[in-house]
Amino acid sequence: MPQFSVSPDGSWIQETGLPFEMNESDNYALEEALQIREQMGDSEVVIVSLGPDRCQKVIREALAKGADRAIHIKEDSPYETDPYSIATALANTIKDEKFELVLSGLQSDDLGFGQTGVILGEILGMTTATLVVGTEIQDGKIKVKRELESGWFQWQTMDLPASLAIQSGLNQPRYPSLKGIMGAKKKEIKESSFAEMCDIDGLQAFNGLSVQRAEKQTEMIEGTVDQVVNKLVDVFKNEIRIN
Amino acid sequence: MDILVVLEDKNGNIHRMSQEAITGAQQIGSEFNLSVGILAMGSNAAALSEQAAQYDVEEVLTLENEHLNHYTADGYGAAVAQVVTNENPKYVFFGYTYQVRDYVPRVSAKLKRPFLNDAVSYSTEGGNPVFSKQVLNAKLVTALQPSDGGPILISFQSAAFSSENIQSGSANARTISVDIDAAVIKTVTEDPFQEEAGGVDLSSAELIVSIGRGIGKEENIPLAQELAKVMGAELASSRPVVDSGWLAPHHQIGSSGQTVAPKLYLALGISGAIQHVVGMKGSKNIVVVNKDPDAPLFELADYGVVGDVLEIIPKLTEALK
Repeated sequence: MPQFSVSPDGSWIQETGLPFEMNESDNYALEEALQIREQMGDSEVVIVSLGPDRCQKVIREALAKGADRAIHIKEDSPYETDPYSIATALANTIKDEKFELVLSGLQSDDLGFGQTGVILGEILGMTTATLVVGTEIQDGKIKVKRELESGWFQWQTMDLPASLAIQSGLNQPRYPSLKGIMGAKKKEIKESSFAEMCDIDGLQAFNGLSVQRAEKQTEMIEGTVDQVVNKLVDVFKNEIRIN
Repeated sequence: MDILVVLEDKNGNIHRMSQEAITGAQQIGSEFNLSVGILAMGSNAAALSEQAAQYDVEEVLTLENEHLNHYTADGYGAAVAQVVTNENPKYVFFGYTYQVRDYVPRVSAKLKRPFLNDAVSYSTEGGNPVFSKQVLNAKLVTALQPSDGGPILISFQSAAFSSENIQSGSANARTISVDIDAAVIKTVTEDPFQEEAGGVDLSSAELIVSIGRGIGKEENIPLAQELAKVMGAELASSRPVVDSGWLAPHHQIGSSGQTVAPKLYLALGISGAIQHVVGMKGSKNIVVVNKDPDAPLFELADYGVVGDVLEIIPKLTEALK
């Protein structure tokens, strides 16, 4: 695994050599969308993704899993780090499509704001819910199960259109089939640019990135597996004193 | 007031995370000479106000409205946006609870003012506080630069401030109101419920063996179960293990699971996302094994091993028998 490091100007990370994959909770959101379409019948699942050229790989993966078409909002470095600007670009992109449901991952693993789906819903006048761990389509409405803290949950019934931020774990994301992978090559990916889709000043920005400061003095145990195991046993018995 | 703290109701009491936000407001208020107000709203607003009035702040605002008796993002988003517009504080503080995650982005969008979420600490620059947040799965930290021109919304991660440091005192009381159109409420919420808890109360466990994504696959779970058995420890996990269906939800440690503070927390293949860390950072001894030397959980470790948990677990089990 390559070492993880900040780029020389401190604005982002060194991406060279890093593998990229679909954001975890987005994968669950996609699966939920595909399952809802399967229940509803006459509907389509459209992928919208904002990011650099490399995003086409995960867009193709989503199409291979069964999404019908896609829109790629191309973004060049430096990447946008303001959730309001990101949501604005997404809202401008989809506002004429009149989607009844927007599903997004709860948060991104990189920026971790967890705001985009909610702001997008607010901009487009939709109802919103986050931490969604279950959905039931009803007549003209959607009922969602929301996760609260410490093992508590809550059902809420919302008017459509709705924007749902999906928590990971609510379903079992499928893998693309060979047929799906072949079929995805023919599906449409419409392209636009972030500059065209976001016409506002941002509300916040990153001011430099740095490595987390250690909170503790960590004693690193090194050596062969046997040496490491012997040292761990010694630590457990003589330092931490487990019985 | 300069800093407004919005309280969250926890069954008629002030949510622990809101108490931490009050503590933060008091500390930042005294350091930067900013006055602090507290907002209590919802069906338990009166009870919350009474509790808040025992803290050393300038004033406590009480807001009751029939559309706020049950939480909805529609109603709470509209109400807080109005209060912030009317009071025009420099900062609005929240605890980073699941409810705050659900509605405060809507307040941000309504007001077109930044919501700096999940702040872990602050520093001083040019006489003002600067707030920092963890990014890239907690591997890095960044300072957040809000735009000028009005109130800044900020939520704090659990334990950014210790509520043990909250200052008692007195506060003026003021009743306020907002105007919420019934047509705004397009959501009906039902009462919260708990799914069968099952299993053990991990919060009283002395020793915990906890596994993460690094365990690789479901077939490897028995390796960890046997290690836990040999050690007399309880088995726990991070969220991905539960999401994958490899362990039942009651094993999960973190913001959506249990909070623990054992004598030994042995973390095997857990990277250390903040949602996990908040559930175990109080552990007395933390031992971390992970093949990624950049795993953020090493920052909390007393002892660390960079290595493959699948090689180490069986040998450790054998050695402890």
